[in-house]
Amino acid sequence: MGRPLTITEKIIQNHAGNETIAPGDIVNARVDIALGNDITAPIAIKEFEAIGTSHVFDRKKIALVPDHFVPNKDILSAKQAKMLREFAKKFDIENYFECGEAGVEHALLPEKGIVLPGDLVVGADSHTCTYGALGAFATGVGSTDLAYAFAFGELWLKVPESIKVIFEGKPKKWVSGKDLVLYLIGQIGVEGANYMALEFAGSTFKHLGMSDRFTISNMAIEAGAKSGIFEPDEITEDYVKNRAKRDYTFYKSDEGAEYAKVLKFDAESINPQVAFPHLPENSIDINEASAKNIKIDQSVIGSCTNGRIEDLRIAAGVLRGKKIAKYSRLIVIPATPDIYRMAEKEGLIDIFMDAGAVVSTPTCGPCLGGYMGILADGERAISSTNRNFKGRMGDVTSEVYLANPAVCAASAILGKIAGPDEVS
Amino acid sequence: MIFSGKVFKFGDNIDTDAIIPARYLNDSSDENLIKHCMEDADESFPSKVSKGDFIAAGNNFGCGSSREHAPRAIKVSGVPVVIAKSFARIFYRNAFNIGLFILEADTDGMDNGDMLEIDTDTGEIKNKTKNTSVKAKPIPKFMSELVNAGGLIAYAKKKIKEGRK
Repeated sequence: MGRPLTITEKIIQNHAGNETIAPGDIVNARVDIALGNDITAPIAIKEFEAIGTSHVFDRKKIALVPDHFVPNKDILSAKQAKMLREFAKKFDIENYFECGEAGVEHALLPEKGIVLPGDLVVGADSHTCTYGALGAFATGVGSTDLAYAFAFGELWLKVPESIKVIFEGKPKKWVSGKDLVLYLIGQIGVEGANYMALEFAGSTFKHLGMSDRFTISNMAIEAGAKSGIFEPDEITEDYVKNRAKRDYTFYKSDEGAEYAKVLKFDAESINPQVAFPHLPENSIDINEASAKNIKIDQSVIGSCTNGRIEDLRIAAGVLRGKKIAKYSRLIVIPATPDIYRMAEKEGLIDIFMDAGAVVSTPTCGPCLGGYMGILADGERAISSTNRNFKGRMGDVTSEVYLANPAVCAASAILGKIAGPDEVS
Repeated sequence: MIFSGKVFKFGDNIDTDAIIPARYLNDSSDENLIKHCMEDADESFPSKVSKGDFIAAGNNFGCGSSREHAPRAIKVSGVPVVIAKSFARIFYRNAFNIGLFILEADTDGMDNGDMLEIDTDTGEIKNKTKNTSVKAKPIPKFMSELVNAGGLIAYAKKKIKEGRK
């Protein structure tokens, strides 16, 4: 027996084939899924061509998801999407998703069972860390990295140290994974976990579902982390068992595994959070945020962070029978076609439209200031997305406030930042 | 290698949206990246930067998105080295992969327009304007091998040549 390992070290060791590994080691790790989107894959495809190889490492282990500017917003983005399509055709890429099947990549791949527990996933998108929710090691890389992975099916990785983050207790009503992760980032800062793996644990997660775990892992990058992982359990098993089309492995951290830090939080004392411009670490309690009487022009509910069916159900619960404030906009974006269909069958789309919302087809769209909801100068948005950097959703003088879907829905109704209890 | 030039100084948490805003990511051509490099942090940067100039910043430079357009925009704008107190992980990785030098050093003593001389082999950064000098953290061995090989793609080509292993 070697030294006790964290779940992250175990997955990397297994994929690197090294007998022992330690934080700081640089290894070549085998990749189970290599992912690119319509912004990052075009550069990867060019670099792949520059390598001069005639084939990809495995047509079944590459995922190409046009989601950022799709359906194409303009000619230039259409050209980028075309590059993905042609590459997919040329190499018969199994997991290529044409507009209509495509959704926001980090909601789509877990939903389709393409990423699974125990996998090592690299994606040319910083929110690739989302799949940590499944007990996979998943990390964001660049386009050149992706080109290399396309060619060789492996990639250099530095073994990260881990920070263990424990949440204990049953969360209050309206408190979701989004609030816990915004609270955490508020505590440790946007650089608090730079280069490190976050490992989430504690009794709180028995009270929350997979969608909350996805939201938490998704925002690990907003603390600078390389990854954000959960040990898989029966909740994970329930989620993956009917989606997986191949074997998967549940890894667990060993007793006595070493952590750079162990942080413990009492989830029962945490209220819904709102992160103020222009960093995700500027999170404060909803009561405090509401008291500031901040008028908003737009509310966005969607994205890889909070565009899942559970998020839409929560938002619809707040909006049912209500209208959004005059001169304000509400944009709802189901993250995948399946989520869209479910929302329609459950009557959620009607609730949103009756309230005055516009419901978009799946896309990253406004989250990154791409299209479908860009802000004018001086405008303010509250958004269930993941970043509130300066100019993130539009003009450099616009502002983005991050919150959970219930808070975004309540704020749309009142035209100001508000908690869901203020409208019920 | 030794580089000299003037420095453009930025603060903490310069994110990838500030380096190259997403509204321009429908085009990854060099011309487009040069035209909008650092635009949301300093609108005048694209018109003022000259080949050989440096960027210096505070903590967490390049945080946010994985877009490789960010280090590429800086590199194709003619900036050979970025110095910051710390870098966000994906930006750091991307920079080495594409052959942009990244140095972690104390940048507090550097101001806009200071003339610097940087030795990327020793990590010595001389501030000619202020007559001071700081030392950058050593670049990890693997990373310097990668840069010396000409980046990850050059390294990959070599690998193909030697037969896929």
